[in-house]
Amino acid sequence: MTLELFSQYLLAGITYGIIYAIVGIGFNIIYNTTGIINFAQGEFVMLGGMISISLYQWLPLPLAIGAAVILVMLIGALVEILFIRWLDRPSVLRMIIITIGISILIREAALHVWGEGVRSLPYFVGNEITTVPVLGARVSPQVLWVIGVCTVMVLGLSLFFKYTLQGKKMQACASNRVAATLCGISTKNMVTLSFMLSAGIGALAGCVMSPITYTQYDVGTGLAIKGFTVAILGGLGSSMAAVAAGLLLGIIESFSVSVVPLAFQDAISISLLLAILFLRPHGLFGNKDAADLKEF
Amino acid sequence: MKRHLPLILLILAVIVVQLLTRWTDTAFYLTPLTMTGYYSLVIVGLCLLMGYAGQISLGHAGFFAIGGYLSAMLTTKDLMPLKETLLLGLCDKLGLLVQGQDMLGVASLQMQPWAACGFAILATIIVAYAIGIPVLKLKGHYLAMATLGFGIIVYRLALAFPLFGEADGISGVPGFPLLPGLAVSGDFNSRVSNYYLAWGMVALVMWLLVNLIHSRVGRALRAIHGAEGATNAMGVDTARYKLNTFVISAVLASIAGIFLTHYNGGIGPSEAGIMKSVRYVAIVAIGGMANLWGALVMGAVLNIMSLRGMFGSYDDAVFGGILIVIMLFAPQGLLGISLSATFKRIFRRGE
Repeated sequence: MTLELFSQYLLAGITYGIIYAIVGIGFNIIYNTTGIINFAQGEFVMLGGMISISLYQWLPLPLAIGAAVILVMLIGALVEILFIRWLDRPSVLRMIIITIGISILIREAALHVWGEGVRSLPYFVGNEITTVPVLGARVSPQVLWVIGVCTVMVLGLSLFFKYTLQGKKMQACASNRVAATLCGISTKNMVTLSFMLSAGIGALAGCVMSPITYTQYDVGTGLAIKGFTVAILGGLGSSMAAVAAGLLLGIIESFSVSVVPLAFQDAISISLLLAILFLRPHGLFGNKDAADLKEF
Repeated sequence: MKRHLPLILLILAVIVVQLLTRWTDTAFYLTPLTMTGYYSLVIVGLCLLMGYAGQISLGHAGFFAIGGYLSAMLTTKDLMPLKETLLLGLCDKLGLLVQGQDMLGVASLQMQPWAACGFAILATIIVAYAIGIPVLKLKGHYLAMATLGFGIIVYRLALAFPLFGEADGISGVPGFPLLPGLAVSGDFNSRVSNYYLAWGMVALVMWLLVNLIHSRVGRALRAIHGAEGATNAMGVDTARYKLNTFVISAVLASIAGIFLTHYNGGIGPSEAGIMKSVRYVAIVAIGGMANLWGALVMGAVLNIMSLRGMFGSYDDAVFGGILIVIMLFAPQGLLGISLSATFKRIFRRGE
């Protein structure tokens, strides 16, 4: 394998990997505050792409993306308020089924609003054939946008959790809900906030990836599976580990293309998910003892 | 006796429905009714797994597809290029293969439906054990995602191999002659016998499952659902019970797949899709999880409505919506909302 080909695969892997990481972080944010895996996580990404594409007809690109992210955040809050907020200690099985139902409803709604067609935003800079040389490979500037925006998001989130009051409140909920309530934190509001936050980052990722990966009403399920794989791979609940795991999965996937046909790409990442679940369910970087205490 | 009353009612209902379609000249209903019967096999099997053993599976369409696709492939696709392989050579010696001709008159080689059925079930059992042993150690979200992942892999494989017809699926599957004069096929003249065959199988499976859940095994399963650790401490081999239940429900799904494929004369990748698995889970949830009869009744009603196209293009949305509403407001299932309790509450309020 030549150096050019190697860096080409590597960059493709990083691009997809960081998107998976964002979806995985979305899973983690909600899981931390609620103990729920939100199966509708991938749908937020799809909605972000779709809404921004529709708004782009009337608004300039940055405004369309901004408005789409805000709208999807509101949808995320709405989902939480309508379906989750008022349930009293629901069982895990019940929550799994409810979030699956939500993802079906969002997907079907998208099918009826936008149809089956494949859509995409225009390239932020240049067009389909513009390339910039990176490490001997030639990549679209959009790839750099995806990597850049997602990196900023990851850094922003870690600053948010570390230094802002809201972020600290959310972390308090994650580590001990009862204690957080006793300290005067409204855990219910924190849950709503966590849904908005993970909907927002998903939507933004959906917007920046749209020009290169395209957006269709049913892309959510695949992304959710990949994102979940990443969240598990890194150890459920840990956002920084999800980034490392996401990059790992993306790179494995992109290099697998040189060995097996493209049709099996999904099968590879799912097999990886199954292998991780069977061998190290607490994740590559997670702590087994801590994972045993958690409620799945 | 009380235990078998619903079974007798089921058999009576099956007969009455057939007579009704005969008298009212609506025999075209028999086709969706027969298909519903086969789907019901998947649903009651999943009900045993979800409701009684408490293990969710989002991959049951995968088992359905393993049964359907394998038996369709073996009885329809030309196996001539594989004739020299050890397995097929053995089958040939045992007389399990039939020589045929394709449309151009070129000799082709297929497997007998009985043998194909046996292979498909055997393959399902092997896959179910291979998947079940690691998967059933998982709980909650992990179990849901792992079974979902299994379902997606089956779907991808069905789409990827030309042998399975890729996006077109397999069509032109021959009938399955069960007994002389009784074949599983979409033949117009054998509509009534196929209807009774499908629902006869449902009745048989229900009889077996009802007996199972009223036995030691059933009590063990319910105990696992309630508190797995405690059950284990009482000396029940929980892992083995969960695994065997998983395999039983997988085999039921596979049998349904085999028969429905022969009945429809084909199978497509949508049968293996995630939405199918979710739909089975939805129906079990609506029926009330640990309620075989509830799952059977709700499954029959919803499947017939769906097959008759009553939901139009909102088919999947309807199932998603039902799933949410039931889980939000009536997690015990639609039939679990006890009428007598509701009346009592109303009367007490009136006092």
